[in-house]
Amino acid sequence: MSQTHVVPTRVYYTIFAILMFCTYLTVQVAFLDLGALNTVAALAIAVFKAVLVVLFFMHVKYSTRLTWVVVIGGAFWLGILLALTMTDYLSRAWGTFG
Amino acid sequence: MQTTVAALPPRHYLNDGFGIRSWLFTRDHKRIALLYLATITLFFFIGGAMAVLIRLELATPAGDLVTDETYNKLFTMHGVMMVFFFLIPSIPATLGNFLVPLMIGAKDLAFPKLNLLSWYIFVVGGLFTLYALISGGVDTGWTFYTPFSTISSTSKVVPTALGVFITGFSSILTGLNFIVTIHRMRAPGMTWFRMPLFLWSIYATSLIMVLGTPVIAITILLVAAERLFHFGFFDPAVGGDPVLFQHLFWFYSHPAVYIMVLPSMGVVSEVVAAFCRKPVFGYRIVAFASVAIAVLGFLVWAHHMFVAGISVYAAMIFSVLSMLVAIPSAVKVFNWTATMYRGSISWQTPMLYAMGFIGLFTIGGLTGVFLATLAVNVHVTDTYFIVAHFHYIMVGGALMGYLGGLHYWWPKISGRLYPEFLAKLSAGIIFLGFNLTFFPQFVAGYLGMPRRYHAYPPDFQVLNVLSSAGASILGVGYLIPMAYLMWSLRYGRAAGSNPFGAVGLEWMTTSPPPTENFATTPVVAWDAYDYKGEVEGRVA
Repeated sequence: MSQTHVVPTRVYYTIFAILMFCTYLTVQVAFLDLGALNTVAALAIAVFKAVLVVLFFMHVKYSTRLTWVVVIGGAFWLGILLALTMTDYLSRAWGTFG
Repeated sequence: MQTTVAALPPRHYLNDGFGIRSWLFTRDHKRIALLYLATITLFFFIGGAMAVLIRLELATPAGDLVTDETYNKLFTMHGVMMVFFFLIPSIPATLGNFLVPLMIGAKDLAFPKLNLLSWYIFVVGGLFTLYALISGGVDTGWTFYTPFSTISSTSKVVPTALGVFITGFSSILTGLNFIVTIHRMRAPGMTWFRMPLFLWSIYATSLIMVLGTPVIAITILLVAAERLFHFGFFDPAVGGDPVLFQHLFWFYSHPAVYIMVLPSMGVVSEVVAAFCRKPVFGYRIVAFASVAIAVLGFLVWAHHMFVAGISVYAAMIFSVLSMLVAIPSAVKVFNWTATMYRGSISWQTPMLYAMGFIGLFTIGGLTGVFLATLAVNVHVTDTYFIVAHFHYIMVGGALMGYLGGLHYWWPKISGRLYPEFLAKLSAGIIFLGFNLTFFPQFVAGYLGMPRRYHAYPPDFQVLNVLSSAGASILGVGYLIPMAYLMWSLRYGRAAGSNPFGAVGLEWMTTSPPPTENFATTPVVAWDAYDYKGEVEGRVA
C-alpha cells in the first residue's frame, strides 16, 4: 500500500499564509469596480486557493499517478458541466431562426 | 444441467451468526446486499402503491378519485421513491454488492465498513423522504423544478430534498467502493479483459455515481437553501436563473438513467452467455460500450430542456450528442443478438427477462432518438409519449434486468431454487402487463395527452383504460415473484453450487457462499464466458 509522505510543517504554514492572503485579496478586489471582471477575479483567486488545498493539504502533490488521474478526471468533469452549460448562456442572445 | 441431488453447505454466510445484531453490524458484502434488497423492496412497493392510485384515477376522464393537489403529490412521491430509492440502488447495491467480490475472487469489498455505512445513510435518507410523505407529501414532481419548488410550492420540499441529498452520499460511497475494489482486489490472473461484463457495467455505473451524484446533491441543497433563506441562485427576482437549476439537475439525472440501465445491461450479458452456452460476441467492444455510454451520458442532458428557453444553438449541439448514445447502446443489442446466433439456447426464467430487456430497451432507446430530434421533441415534450419512453427504459429495461439478475443469482444468494413454472409465468405476465400499460401511453402522448394532469378529455379514455388494466396485470406480475422467492427461502430445493452450469468465479463456490467467499483465493487462467472450458472440465 501507499507510503506516508512526511511534509515539513513549514510547508503547511506557508500554504496557510498564502490562503489567508488570498482571502484578504478577494475582499479587496470586491471593493474595486472592475465591471464583469469582478466575478472573473474572485473565481480565479478561489480556483487558485482550491488548487493549493488539493495539492498540499490533500497531499495530491505527493500521491500516485492514479490519484492524479482521479483528481484531473473530476476537474475535467466539472469542466464539461461548465462548458456545455455555457454553450446555452453564451449563445442565447444570438436569437433564433425564422 | 445439474442432475445430482444437492444440499446446502454446512457453513455459509446466512448461518454465520444469528440475531438482529449479526445483521445490523455485519461487514459482509453479501449480508449488506440483502439489507439493501429488503429496503429497496419496501420502497418499491410504496412507490408501486402510488402508481396504483395514479392509474385508478386515470381510469376515468374526470378527476374523481383524488384532488388535483393529491394527484400532484402522488406522481411526485412515485417518482422520488422509484428513482432515488429503488432504481438507482437496485442492481448496484444488491446484486453488485453481492457479486463484485465473488466475481473477482475477493473476500469482500475494499471498504466493508464504508459499505455498511452506505446502507445506513440510505436508510436515513429514506426515512427523511418517508417523513415528507407521511407529513403531507411533496408536489413538485421528482424533478424539483424551480421556481415552483423554491417559491410557490407549499408542500414538504425541504425534507424530501434532504432525503435525496443524504441518499446521494450512499450512492457515492457504493460507487467508490466498487471502483477501488475492482482496481485493487482482483484475484491473480483476473485481468481487466477477463472480467465478466457485469463488472464492466458496474464499473461504468460507479464512475457516474462518483462523478455525477455530488452535482445533484449540491443542487438539491441549493433548492432547500433558496427556499429557506431566499438566496438568489434560481430566482430571477434576485438575479438567479431557473433554467440553471435544470442544467445542474439534468447533468446528474440524465446519467442517472444509465446508473439504472447499465447494470441491467451487465446482467443481460451474463444471462445471454449462460443460457446460450457461448461467449458474448465482441466481448471487448461490449465492455468499452459500457464506458462509452457512461461518458457520453454526461454530454446530452439539455435534451430535457429543449422547450425550456435554452439557446437554439446549444439545443442543436445537445441534439447531435444525444443521438451518439444510440451507437454504444445499439452495439450491445446487436452483440447480444449475435451471441444468440447458433447458440444452444435454454429458455429459463432469467433468459426470458433478458429477452424482455432487449426488446423493451430497444423500443425505449429508439423512441429516445425521436426525442433527441429537436422538432419531434417540441411536439411530444410533457406528453405521455415521454412517460411511455422513460418507463420503457426504466421499467422495461432496468427493472427487467434487475428481475432477470435476481432470478439468475437467486440460487447463489439463497442456496435454493425458485419454482421455475411460476417464475416463467410471472415473467410472461410482467411482459404482457408492461406493454399493455405503457404502449397505449405512446399513442396517447403522440395524440397530445399531457402528463401530470389528473383529468383529461374523454377522447383519451380507451387508451387510459387499457393502460390502467395493464397496470393491474403488471402489479400481479410483481407480487408473484415476491411470494415465491420468499417461499423458496424455506421450501425451495437446494440449488447446488452451479445450477445453471454457468462459468464465472461466483459459480465456483458454494451456494450460499461462505462468509469469506472462497476457501482459497482462486487463480484465473481463462477468459470470461469460457463455455468451451466447461466442456473441457475447467469449470465446476
